[in-house]
Amino acid sequence: MQFFIEVLVGGLLSGVMYALVALGFVLIYKASGVFNFAQGAMVFFAALTFVGFQEVLPGWLGLEADSSVVFWLAFLLAFIAMIVLGIATERIVLRPLVNQPHITLFMATIGLTYVVEGLAQMTWGANVRGLDLGIVDEPIAWLMDNYEIGVSKFDLFAAGVAASLVALLALLFQYTKVGRALRAVADDHQAALSIGIPLQTIWRVVWAVAGFVALVAGMIWGARNGVQFALTFTALKALPVLILGGFTSVPGAIVGGLIIGASEKLAEVYVGPFVGGGIEGWFPYMLALAFLLVRPEGLFGEKHIDRV
Amino acid sequence: MARQIGDVIVDLQNISLRFGGVKALTDISFNVKEHEIRSIIGPNGAGKSSMLNVINGVYHPQEGQIFFKGALRKKMEPHEAAEQGIARTFQNIALFKGMTVLDNIMTGRNLKMKCNFLQHALYWGAAQKEEIAHRIKVEEVIEFLEIQDIRKTPVGRLPYGLQKRVELARALAAEPHILLLDEPMAGMNVEEKQDMCRFILDVNDHYGTTIVLIEHDMGVVMDISDRVVVLDYGKKIGDGEPDEVKNNPDVIKAYLGTTH
Amino acid sequence: MLYREAGQFKATYAEDSQIFPIRQDKIGFWVLMLVFGVAVPLLTNEYWLKAILIPVLIFSLAAIGLNILTGYAGQLSLGSAAFMAVGAFAAYNFILRIEGMPFLVALVLAGLTAAAVGILFGLPSLRIKGFYLAVATLAAQFFIVWALVKFPWFSNNSSSGVVTAQDVTILGYTFATPEAKYVLTFLIVSFMALLAKNMVRSSTGRAWMAVRDMDVAAQVIGFRLMRTKLLAFAVSSFYCGVAGALYAYTYIGTVEPEGFNLDLSFKILFMIIIGGVGSIMGSFLGAAFIVLLPIFLDNVVPVIFGDSLGAGFVSNFQLIVFGGLIIFFLIVEPHGLARLWQIAKEKLRLWPFPH
Ligand SMILES: Nc1ncnc2c1ncn2[C@@H]1O[C@H](COP(=O)(O)OP(=O)(O)OP(=O)(O)O)[C@@H](O)[C@H]1O
Ligand SMILES: [Mg+2]
Repeated sequence: MQFFIEVLVGGLLSGVMYALVALGFVLIYKASGVFNFAQGAMVFFAALTFVGFQEVLPGWLGLEADSSVVFWLAFLLAFIAMIVLGIATERIVLRPLVNQPHITLFMATIGLTYVVEGLAQMTWGANVRGLDLGIVDEPIAWLMDNYEIGVSKFDLFAAGVAASLVALLALLFQYTKVGRALRAVADDHQAALSIGIPLQTIWRVVWAVAGFVALVAGMIWGARNGVQFALTFTALKALPVLILGGFTSVPGAIVGGLIIGASEKLAEVYVGPFVGGGIEGWFPYMLALAFLLVRPEGLFGEKHIDRV
Repeated sequence: MARQIGDVIVDLQNISLRFGGVKALTDISFNVKEHEIRSIIGPNGAGKSSMLNVINGVYHPQEGQIFFKGALRKKMEPHEAAEQGIARTFQNIALFKGMTVLDNIMTGRNLKMKCNFLQHALYWGAAQKEEIAHRIKVEEVIEFLEIQDIRKTPVGRLPYGLQKRVELARALAAEPHILLLDEPMAGMNVEEKQDMCRFILDVNDHYGTTIVLIEHDMGVVMDISDRVVVLDYGKKIGDGEPDEVKNNPDVIKAYLGTTH
Repeated sequence: MLYREAGQFKATYAEDSQIFPIRQDKIGFWVLMLVFGVAVPLLTNEYWLKAILIPVLIFSLAAIGLNILTGYAGQLSLGSAAFMAVGAFAAYNFILRIEGMPFLVALVLAGLTAAAVGILFGLPSLRIKGFYLAVATLAAQFFIVWALVKFPWFSNNSSSGVVTAQDVTILGYTFATPEAKYVLTFLIVSFMALLAKNMVRSSTGRAWMAVRDMDVAAQVIGFRLMRTKLLAFAVSSFYCGVAGALYAYTYIGTVEPEGFNLDLSFKILFMIIIGGVGSIMGSFLGAAFIVLLPIFLDNVVPVIFGDSLGAGFVSNFQLIVFGGLIIFFLIVEPHGLARLWQIAKEKLRLWPFPH
């Protein structure tokens, strides 16, 4: 039983991370109707930029490598890089393709994935880097002592960060002017335009926010598994999360993330040994697929009948 | 007049259709007789298009029964309706945008084509013969609707009026018993409307095709219909010959908007 | 005045519906066939055959497969490489396990195996569309590769699933030299391209395109959505499967499941985007482009940027160029090279008297 709980909690905690990346997708999808396949690449780009700056800044500024100035400066610079990337994407990719079929935009973001991955590695090199956030990956002593359940401090921290970010975004979305404009755009592009909401500004904001989300996710995952190309695949698992939760639903992204996170860990531990292991790589996709067969509209989506 | 109105061919009884909370159709009954031109009119959102969608199986009503040629029709899919000889055009043009006019019209004949994909792959003997035989039929339709000079044009490049005509051609290529037309003249100029009227009457006259027509232009409707059914807010408020309907106080009210 | 259709009247519908209604095109086509079928294997060297021509042909076949599904039937797939893997490993096992299995029969069986798997993974398309479906095809990509690695039976118990293709023997003749392998590949690919062209210009293809352009209208006309979509999945996967088998048998010889990864699936997708979505000829153009581009970059980048940058730089530069080109084509010419070729022909038709 303890073991089951351990696995479940570990899964749920990593599910929060999926939810975070999925949220980046949802934001962009809601605001611009773009299904941004490059979100995974953005996570990689952000993390690599962060560690890259962490490496070069001490030399430039004559500081100790572990000083907090370096950390925050690297964070800031990486964030700026994400903003620049977002603006450039809006300018170069989205604007010329506005009003094209969604599937065209989707394919364009696959192209964008390649560009972003190439840029990241060309600038910072392709070798695997460690990333230290100063939180050790060891079980929480209190839980261990009293209940013999091993829950990693790091996982809990990561989930905490992700959860507060999700909450923050939800609040921003609900209560700020930009958030309201964004929701208006999500509901109806044409109408939003006609009442003078500047679509392009909204898009840039959204891409910048998605970039920030990618940065946080990239840092946490990078700290866990090292900053490496495989990050893009981890981040890609936000896709089945979206299928479960629906592309437009913030709560959907969260619940979907938790389900995927927990079930893939449980499946790996309880089913994996019988089939040779390594099923985490495809399990979320198969789960999403099976789910779609039963409920094509997703967890929270409404049944929709094409109008003719 | 050569044609003679025959027996009831489609009989709708107590049809109700909802989308979530929206009641698109409430307890509607009416019938369509063979060879007639039967119009459905009503203000925007009255449920006219939904009615056509029920007839050819695109929407499935929650309540009510449909009899087709006297037999009760179970839940029917659109392609089954097509197999029964029901063809239609759409309010918002639903042509296949990536294909030429000719290919669009050829799709109308798909149910009559019997070769399978392996024969198509070889494109030899039967498949080739079949393709040509159907091409000849399609060319007849093209000639009938006077669209010879655009046959190789991708439909996306055509002006609106011509697209509507190509859509009619695609429906006619199926040689349907019943033709459902959803606002075939919307957005057309007077001349185009006249052409379209002529085509509809010709089809009805020459081939005896039963026609169910949705149209907002009252002049046209009263002119060419045998019988008219009037919907308002998903309910039937009038049914009968054009003159009857014109003088029905409920219909007049709905159109002048004095109630609600 | 060389390229004209003037004076070439079509007396019958049969003539009008040929693949090349214009005589010059027909001549051009046969010249091309002779050049690539006869002259090329006689004149080019081993490098060209092995590193460029054979892979271009094989990828063209895979691209035709994806084009049938995505370009014609409108169902976006991100798992083409997985179906190639199915084809490659199926062919390997058929030849390994069935005594005296003729190569061509194994090839067809490999295609059929891939088709069966394709139908299975195509089932969700009955209920979902667009990028929902694209994500579902990722399941095929990851699952199939995983299964081929994890179950040693598929690779006859070799480590990490690596298999070495057996000799290709047809009627006692062994296709051992690059020339022989090239000619065999050329014949198979040309034949299958012809079949594909025939399918897409007849009722089968119209059904696919109808479903792609407007599925409700397609149903109302009488097409069966399920049958049409699943047929597209089956035929597409058959093509990818045969391409995968050829990839193993006439191209690289030794394959492992991981070689058929997501990256390869994307490459095939890029081929159809750049070559032309919904065009058989575009599949060839796109495959040639994507195979040649890295070779071109490998040779050109060091010249421009200097040698000191190292292999890492070139491969990252390649990623950027690939991605950038995809975006560029989607923006500037969504119908790809095939469309550019058509435009060029139309210009030529008017030349030397424009208007
Ligand atoms: N697929 C659908 N999903 C949800 N609601 C629908 C759908 N189709 C129709 N409705 C609703 O049903 C009602 C009737 O619509 P319908 O299109 O049948 O009206 P109509 O009489 O054809 O109007 P118009 O003259 O504008 O074409 C409307 O309230 C409409 O919003
Ligand atoms: Mg309507």
